[in-house]
Amino acid sequence: MESIRLQMLVDRVGLRRMVSRHQNRSWRWWKDWIAGRTMGLLTVAASLLIVVMVTMLLDRARPILASNSISSLVQGEVWKPRQGLFGFWPFITGSVLVTLLAMLLSVPTALLSAIYLADYSRSRAIIKPLVDLLASIPSVIYGLWGVLFVVPLVRDHISPWADRTLGDHWSIFQNTNPTGFGLLAAGFVLAIMTFPIIVAVSEEVLRSVPQGMREASLSLGATDWETTKLVVLRKAAPGLIAAVVLGFSRAFGETLAVAMVVGNRVKVPETLFDPAYPLPALIANNYGEMMSIPLYDSALMTAALMLLFVVLLFNVGARSILGRLNREQTT
Amino acid sequence: MNRNQRRHLEERLFKFIMRAALFVTLGMLAAILFTVVRKGIGAMSWSMISEASTGGSYLGEAEGGILNAILGSLYLAGGATVLALLFGLPVALYLHTYMGQSKLADYIRLVFDILWGIPSIVYGVFGFTLMLLIGMRASLLAGILTLALVELPILVRTIDEVLRMVPPELSEITYALGTTRLELMGILTRQSLPGLVTAILLAFGRGIGDAAAVLFTAGYTDSMPDSLMRPVASLPLSIFFQLSSPFPSVQARAYASALVLTILVLVISLLTRLSMRTLSKHVVR
Repeated sequence: MESIRLQMLVDRVGLRRMVSRHQNRSWRWWKDWIAGRTMGLLTVAASLLIVVMVTMLLDRARPILASNSISSLVQGEVWKPRQGLFGFWPFITGSVLVTLLAMLLSVPTALLSAIYLADYSRSRAIIKPLVDLLASIPSVIYGLWGVLFVVPLVRDHISPWADRTLGDHWSIFQNTNPTGFGLLAAGFVLAIMTFPIIVAVSEEVLRSVPQGMREASLSLGATDWETTKLVVLRKAAPGLIAAVVLGFSRAFGETLAVAMVVGNRVKVPETLFDPAYPLPALIANNYGEMMSIPLYDSALMTAALMLLFVVLLFNVGARSILGRLNREQTT
Repeated sequence: MNRNQRRHLEERLFKFIMRAALFVTLGMLAAILFTVVRKGIGAMSWSMISEASTGGSYLGEAEGGILNAILGSLYLAGGATVLALLFGLPVALYLHTYMGQSKLADYIRLVFDILWGIPSIVYGVFGFTLMLLIGMRASLLAGILTLALVELPILVRTIDEVLRMVPPELSEITYALGTTRLELMGILTRQSLPGLVTAILLAFGRGIGDAAAVLFTAGYTDSMPDSLMRPVASLPLSIFFQLSSPFPSVQARAYASALVLTILVLVISLLTRLSMRTLSKHVVR
């Protein structure tokens, strides 16, 4: 009786068929099979991490999404958690403006540097490690440097100067903030932080442009720069865009370095020197008290979710461009 | 000015701009290192790196040093790297030997690339949510687990790239001798050892400098790390929390932490370069 039931169980899960199919496999084969299945499971589990993260954050953000409409959350300008008012607009504009400012500063310098390293420099072997070093410096160190070097620079020199010369004509250059902690300081620090990423990716893209194309252009009498401008850059354009997008998403999620220099005031910034309050800084600065106020932690999870969605979108875009380029190259 | 002169002027101009862009940014690197070293040397003393913190933060003058943060950071990053390697190495090997060039493998690589790009504050929030779910408090263990998540994609992708550099003939020969895929993994691991060390160092460097992921999960404390279940200090957070203090003696801790962290990171990236060069002696080419 007992053995029949066991037999039925074995039949039901299909073990029997499996065992008989592999009856004369060696122990080595089984070891390989077991290890393969285990590691496959591990791989699938690890790559499901994104799904788990999104679901969990969504679940935690649900209370606030249920009681407020998404458009009122995104467009609301008042942030008073104690009164249950959660408007993310100042934080969203803060994040976008800081990141855009950083990109404005870092994209031209990084692309020009990458072109120089890939095609012109004779001392690449020395300079490339230095650029990589810039990438390995932790973000709090950038923050410390921002506080000790960039903020005083902005406060004492850049903002008074901009106010004097340009402030009368354009209101965004008016010096409204005497502390120096603000958009420009954060943008400057972020620009230096994104520089090595953009350089690393775009230099690789540039170096993968076939040497023959350069030679063809040069043999037609083009100068080095004309070759770069008319041949290399055109061929490399999608990859360079991907590099910039990766830099953007890195800057968008950067937390502590920005939080240390950006001023952290809940207000839509109006001038270049105004303090701002980006989304990551919002999360980082408020984790301590978020338990005591209703919906507060749900609001912070929403902030994390916004961050995650933007970064996911940009990363998927950039990576699929780079992936396609890679496949073109190998085939 | 004729056409040719204009072309060559443009050429010279752009070469100048490119050089300027690169050297201005490298100048910033020098400025960062200079700032950290100048401030750090002033704050550095033997008691600073040999004693745990006592007193200080926002309330008053500080005594003692930052040994608790140094050890805490080493434990956090070390534990996380070991844990991430435990999962990352099999995943990378599996991608390479079992899945090969399949479409699914490419998708999984894409997923890990994307995981690499997720900001560490999001990992921090995720780790914190997990902790709430299972009723855990901020502790060394929670910090290690969260940092391991941050480091996992780095390890997987770097090891995967390293494995790709192994000549395919080696795998073919090994298969031809009758090995299974599992046995090939051992050979691949030995063959790509220098690259593996590089990947581990890279992940360790990322882990030790990462502050946003441990902010919620590992917490901060003045005492020495003594238990997996207790909060632990770390160098990046020591900088973040103490830099804005009005007391110079507390600020000094932030400066000293910055110097120690920078030196650690510099040593790690130096080791990364060395490991690539010296460990590759026993590798079949």
